Amino acid sequence: MAAASDFNPFQAPPKGDNTFAQITDNVSRIMEAPKPPRAWYIAFGIALSMLTVFFGSLGWVVWNGIGSWGTTMPAAWAFPIVNFVFWIGIGHAGTLISAILFLLRQNWRTAINRFAEAMTIFAVMCAGIFPGVHIGRPWLPYYMMPIPNQMEMWPQFRSPLEWDIFAVSTYATVSILFWYMGMIPDFATFRDRSTSTAKRVAYGIVAMGWRGSSRQWHRYERAYLLLAGLATPLVLSVHSVVSFDFATAQLPGWHTTIFPPYFVAGAIFGGFAMVVTLAVPARQFFGLKRIITIRHLELMNKVMIATGLMVGYAYGMEFFMAWYSGNKYEGFTFVNRAFGPYAWAYWTMISCNVIFPQLFWFKKIRTNPWATLLIGMLINVGMWFERFVIICTSLTRDFLPASWGYFIPTKVDFMTLGGSFGLFFTLFLLFCRYLPMVAMSEVKAFSPAGGHARGHMHHGHDHDHDHGDAAPAAH
Amino acid sequence: MSDHKPKAEPTAPELHGILAEYDTPDQLLSAAKKVREAGFEKWDTYSPFPVHGIDAAMGIKMTILPWLTLGAGLTGLATAITMQWWMNTYDYPFLISGKPFWSIPANVPIMFELTVLFSAITTLVGMLMLNGLPHPSHPLDLVQRFARVTNDKFFLLIQASDAKFDERDARALIDATHPVAVENVLEDRVTPDRMPAGLVYGLIVVTCAALVPVALAVKARHSHSDKPRIHIIQDMDAQPKYKAQRENTIFADGRADRGELPGTVAVGHLNEDDHFFRGRAGDGWARTFPAQVDISEETMARGKQRFGIYCTPCHGQGGAGDGMVHKRADALAQGGWIQPTNVTQEYLRNQPVGELYNTITNGVRNMPAYGPQIAPEDRWAIVMYLRALQRSQAGTVGDVPESERSSLK
Repeated sequence: MAAASDFNPFQAPPKGDNTFAQITDNVSRIMEAPKPPRAWYIAFGIALSMLTVFFGSLGWVVWNGIGSWGTTMPAAWAFPIVNFVFWIGIGHAGTLISAILFLLRQNWRTAINRFAEAMTIFAVMCAGIFPGVHIGRPWLPYYMMPIPNQMEMWPQFRSPLEWDIFAVSTYATVSILFWYMGMIPDFATFRDRSTSTAKRVAYGIVAMGWRGSSRQWHRYERAYLLLAGLATPLVLSVHSVVSFDFATAQLPGWHTTIFPPYFVAGAIFGGFAMVVTLAVPARQFFGLKRIITIRHLELMNKVMIATGLMVGYAYGMEFFMAWYSGNKYEGFTFVNRAFGPYAWAYWTMISCNVIFPQLFWFKKIRTNPWATLLIGMLINVGMWFERFVIICTSLTRDFLPASWGYFIPTKVDFMTLGGSFGLFFTLFLLFCRYLPMVAMSEVKAFSPAGGHARGHMHHGHDHDHDHGDAAPAAH
Repeated sequence: MSDHKPKAEPTAPELHGILAEYDTPDQLLSAAKKVREAGFEKWDTYSPFPVHGIDAAMGIKMTILPWLTLGAGLTGLATAITMQWWMNTYDYPFLISGKPFWSIPANVPIMFELTVLFSAITTLVGMLMLNGLPHPSHPLDLVQRFARVTNDKFFLLIQASDAKFDERDARALIDATHPVAVENVLEDRVTPDRMPAGLVYGLIVVTCAALVPVALAVKARHSHSDKPRIHIIQDMDAQPKYKAQRENTIFADGRADRGELPGTVAVGHLNEDDHFFRGRAGDGWARTFPAQVDISEETMARGKQRFGIYCTPCHGQGGAGDGMVHKRADALAQGGWIQPTNVTQEYLRNQPVGELYNTITNGVRNMPAYGPQIAPEDRWAIVMYLRALQRSQAGTVGDVPESERSSLK
């Protein structure tokens, strides 16, 4: 990342004779520039080679069986499920930003919601692959869907793993719908600015003939509000359901009621860490510093302090309950977590998730993009280890000492984990280059000239017409 | 929208409407109010983002979309309840850990997910349909300046098809709103009315092709097949291993089953002691019981009990060769049955115990080997009981105590 490009076409100020045109230009020129910055090529090359490793190692696992992973009794879940929970958690920040902050009227979200939503979708795609391959016969996952089949059997709807299928697939679908709907007006902008026929046709098809009619905007805004209202409980439900996979099991360290809120807080925490990890380079290399400002980074860092403290509280509460319940198995599990064979993983998790984020209390650090990036990456590491600690310490120390063990990952384990980042970053880099990375229409609406923030600022510079009695309509 | 007129007509296209351009949302808002007050119905405003207050200024009524969403949500909920109940309780009752077939709490997550899924899809599709999208072509697309509607400009269009439309009056009304520019919009004569034939046929072919898998699935549901289902990766059907009694070209004898290697001894089965395990002493049969066998009342009782289990079916309780199997075979009279030996005969009385032990272990003539079924110490116990039986059949008056002889006949 330090290798800055010699020439960056995005560093010049955006063209346009008013703020709206400047916003359009600032975002659209990423797609219109003949070449992206050199850093993009370097990043894309790395991502693509990691993607090759990913598909190669998955092909290996599918062909030779999941024994190629270190996943074996007693750690029957290990890396695939750790990676699944990690990626699905990453996705949550995107929906939180696009839906919950929308309902809470946090207008600063407009600068970051689009690529946070994109991040959600790509993360859910990475997540979905792992259980799909972990079932061992990845061509049979339709067994889990209620499809009439030759066995004349149906899925078992009282299993949390079955709830997972519905929760994750609903989440993926709704996230894609929400993302796509938000992009329709921006696709229309790309269509209208495109100079080549191929681009006009391509963006024209996905824009569906959007022309910005106010009668259409009315229904569009209503639909956006409805989707935000639907996505809000949905995002809270998804990681709760994922946590049920553990909480309904009777294994010490899993069987606890704190899991749903603890998992949701952790998901938002890790997700925001991933947003800043992506936002800092993206704003640097694509000249979006005027749109994604230091203030946005600072606000996200504050969210990370809050959710990081919640996660830290949950870690503490787990220990308290292990002692207070008087259950000796639970007590053993937690002492073993902190001081047993996986102590190294536990303390990595604690330092990355609880200790380092405390640096954000200092204004100098939380307003420094590169410090933000570094701590964001550390939190990503910490959140991955959180899932590793939960899964591996409990599975390798169950009620029967004869079945205790120690999980040792294989090369293929590391290749699929690292490779999944290749898929994520490949998709994200393509998104940066070809899709509207910032929700232009929303940023314009909340810019000072756009009028949506009118309650806070007066506008003497415009024509003095009798708009005063235009009562604020429902939005 | 477009009239069906012959294409070749040389006259100029009809007027679609009058378009006004504005620089700011506020200008658009005040213009919209004026047009609304003038009583027009077929008109619209266009903007790069939803302009705050435009709904009230234009008098846009609340959309029915939320009701569609609510309906879809309830449909999703009903679908989830019905599906889970029918599949797990009615069509294929699924007993899990003795829990009730139908227990609402466990079914709530999927009810919630399907409610959200149905609502969300309906919200997007409903919004698009109510908005008339996709809408590929529009007369406004031919107006050069209108391309900036998705960038930074604001537009207002009064359609010529409005009942109150009069070109001069409408123009005057628009001029009074201080637009940056005004332009007449003509009907679209450029865009073809129909989709290109290639696209239509292509869509038909794709649609038909898409139905093929569905048709195959339906056919499979209503027919029977004796072939196993297809596995993409055949590792369940063709496992890389040799099954029992199959050919194996790796070994010279061509057999997959490999016998015991010479000199192989299973753990605890060395059986070194010839006397105890084989009844041998020196070059001949042992004439004494081995040291491991306890000459006692218990061993005798054990031998009697084992004899009852293993020997009486053929040899009978008294050992005379008249057991139930013999009686049954005799009654059937199918021929070929040879009566079991009377074990109390004299030549057997004279056999060494080692030889009797060997007979039990390995069988003799028609008698099968009992070594695999009876443990060595039990075989010796049976031999001991057998000796008692033989002795009982060869008794003389001298065997009876003197005091009891008078009771004999």
